[in-house]
Amino acid sequence: MKLLLIAAITLREAARRKVLLAAALLSVGYLALFALGVATQFRGPHAPAALIRQEITASLLQLALYGVSFLAALLAIVSSLETIAGEIGSGAIQALATKPLPRWQLLLGKWLGFAALLAGYVAVMTAGVTIVLWLGRGYAAPHVAAAAALIWSEALVLLTLTLWFATFSSPLASGVAALGLYGLAFIGGWVEQIGALTGHPGAVRVGIVASLICPSEELWRRASYLLRSPLPGASRFTPFGVASAPSGAMVVYAAVYLAAILALALRHFSCRDL
Amino acid sequence: MAVICAEGLYKFFGPKLAVANLTLEIAPGEIFGFLGPNGAGKSTSVKMLLGLARPSGGRATVLGRPLGDVACRARIGFLPEHFRFYEWLTAAELLRFHGRLAGLDRRTARQRAEHWLGRVGLAAQAGQRLGQFSKGMRQRLGLAQALLHDPELVFLDEPTSGLDPGGRWLVREILREQRARGAAVFLNSHLLGEVESTCDRVAFLRAGEIRAVRPLVHGALASAQGSVPVEVRAGGLRPELIAGLSPWAEVLLWEGDHLRLEVRREADLPAVAQYLVAGGAAIFAFTPRRATLEEAFAAIVGREAGL
Repeated sequence: MKLLLIAAITLREAARRKVLLAAALLSVGYLALFALGVATQFRGPHAPAALIRQEITASLLQLALYGVSFLAALLAIVSSLETIAGEIGSGAIQALATKPLPRWQLLLGKWLGFAALLAGYVAVMTAGVTIVLWLGRGYAAPHVAAAAALIWSEALVLLTLTLWFATFSSPLASGVAALGLYGLAFIGGWVEQIGALTGHPGAVRVGIVASLICPSEELWRRASYLLRSPLPGASRFTPFGVASAPSGAMVVYAAVYLAAILALALRHFSCRDL
Repeated sequence: MAVICAEGLYKFFGPKLAVANLTLEIAPGEIFGFLGPNGAGKSTSVKMLLGLARPSGGRATVLGRPLGDVACRARIGFLPEHFRFYEWLTAAELLRFHGRLAGLDRRTARQRAEHWLGRVGLAAQAGQRLGQFSKGMRQRLGLAQALLHDPELVFLDEPTSGLDPGGRWLVREILREQRARGAAVFLNSHLLGEVESTCDRVAFLRAGEIRAVRPLVHGALASAQGSVPVEVRAGGLRPELIAGLSPWAEVLLWEGDHLRLEVRREADLPAVAQYLVAGGAAIFAFTPRRATLEEAFAAIVGREAGL
């Protein structure tokens, strides 16, 4: 299957160009710092009550995975922006697109390669954070696998957007546009939170529109909602807060959105002159 | 059956006409030169035939299949102009990867990669990364990439760009091998010498349009009419003798011992020489003169620089 040859060489590129090495080293640093933070907490004479400790630990989990989701989003954009647009620019794509495989397989193969890379990254980081909290606090984090899947989906949305942009614009413009949408979704999420907390339905609507344009932040908020402390009313107004939790419908919307953008990218790449 | 059959292909980029009415037929085992100044539409024509660019009009078949057919690309090789590929791959990896994509199994791809690295003179650099390669080395690798799956039709877009004389000689040799193997070669070039030394037929392209297609015989251009101009230097030329040449040739000029003829058929050349000798002429020189490619290029395409 030639699709898999393309996926494999995409992964190999990540390994060969030291993307994996850089990501691995920095992940180790991230987890080490997180472990240090967890280990030094609650030391000293003023240790809080057990209930509050659990509350804080749940927030720590959200904090750590929020960092992971942010890094995964950046990794999705930065690692993929060079691939299609750069190859069209350099002409390298010509030697590929004249081989006996349809163009959609070429693009889908690359998408699969990056998706696998992101899956590995999110899995390792989520597992690392969970293990640190288990060993350090004895805290069994809830719904970690589902949260990891949502964080991965968030990265996939940004990956797919970047690849779609790359089928018709330069690498730099693709990266800027994808980051811009990520930022838009982020701010939209905040506006929605504030609107929900202050009882302002207009702001909530603005937030919803933003998440329809780019559902990345909503996927994170859904993950954050799953990871929340079981206590009601705790730590609501934070980047990891869930004053207005995205529904399951939003996850379905994100899946449809992702499939539609991917289809657009495949279609546009198949039709354009190279 | 023709390996390429194009009928009236057009390509517009916005309002700009890049290729107009591209009509040609290329036979198996033929080396076809596509000659024209920069910007004449050579690369765009090749891209349309390869399915990289969609024609704005017209139709064509390649290896009997319509343009854009995916399966028949396994029988096509292509060296793009200024071959570039992933800088982080080694030469051997690159060839194996392209072999696999072309449909070879893992083992065959490895064998062919090894063979072709040697053939293009890069055996010693097999493990070296592309990023460290010179322009000429990349071009050699690109050539190997285009040929390692034994394609029936090969498109080479300016194959000798960036090559030293040794590299150019290698390209010529490989082109002849391909012809001997029965493969057809579509050679894009603006280098007259390269086309002259290898091609069976040449098309002259100007401003997106084919202005003329001419066969090449032993590197020289056969004239459109099939007649051959001949320069003769001979003693004892008499008016009756000259008049008797009329069945074979037209006399263009006669001044003392200098005679310029237009012999109607190349096959008549021996008869003309025998007639002159039998009629008592003492021949010092009898030189059929064919137009060089350069002269033809200047006449058909013009001398002004390309775009």
